[in-house]
Amino acid sequence: MSPSPEISQALNALRPKLLRFATLQLRDASAAEDAVQETLLAALQNQQTFRGEASLKTWLFSILRNKIVDIIRQRSRETTLDEPFVDDDQDDFSALFDEQGHWNREDRPSSWGNPQQTLENNHFWTIFDICLSNLPEKTSRVFMMREFLGFDTDEICKELKISSSNCWVILHRARMGLRLCLQDRWFGTIDTPSHSSVPTR
Amino acid sequence: MTFMISCTQATQLVSRALDAQAAFSERLTLGLHLLACQGCRNYRRQLRILRLAARAHPARPDNEAS
Repeated sequence: MSPSPEISQALNALRPKLLRFATLQLRDASAAEDAVQETLLAALQNQQTFRGEASLKTWLFSILRNKIVDIIRQRSRETTLDEPFVDDDQDDFSALFDEQGHWNREDRPSSWGNPQQTLENNHFWTIFDICLSNLPEKTSRVFMMREFLGFDTDEICKELKISSSNCWVILHRARMGLRLCLQDRWFGTIDTPSHSSVPTR
Repeated sequence: MTFMISCTQATQLVSRALDAQAAFSERLTLGLHLLACQGCRNYRRQLRILRLAARAHPARPDNEAS
């Protein structure tokens, strides 16, 4: 059952987008490569089930999403036997707060302004991806499932076999970490020339 | 009854509220804190921007990637 040239071409055209998405989720180039290969293979083998209600892209990405979830599920199974899920993130951010639990003056969040222009700036996305990759692996995994793979928190807890409170703590840390990184590397540097560049997207 | 919470607690609640995981009484308590605390109001706004960014990320299939 060889694919038509049109389908092969369409699949090849989508390959880089699939790879980019998988790499972001899995943080591992070879795992991402495998996931994409399996996705394309599954797509070719199941051509008949694609009825064209959604676009080819949507269909492929939903296959990829399931492959990614399988990998995540497998990884968490490999680690939960040895150690509790959460402890690769030692940072509790308590240094940002004083003894009464209020923000230190210098760490107090400031306004990030209107996000629209920011989100149209290529440089921002480079920094954003750096900040994502700076998250500890397990923290990142939970965050990705929530914000990129569309799971709600109950589903994440069930998939990764962690308690809800554990889930919330991890998401809280992920968001704390991300915003701190972005504050330091982007929003806090707002006077530098790179921010006044014309949107390049 | 409600009581004044710290920013440490408020930031945790902001995160949970973002996922609809905060009870009504917790949201009330949080709301009170936010009335008085610009830092945490900005924090909440920042978390919303993080979510916007995740949705607008170029690697996502429906967004234009380079």
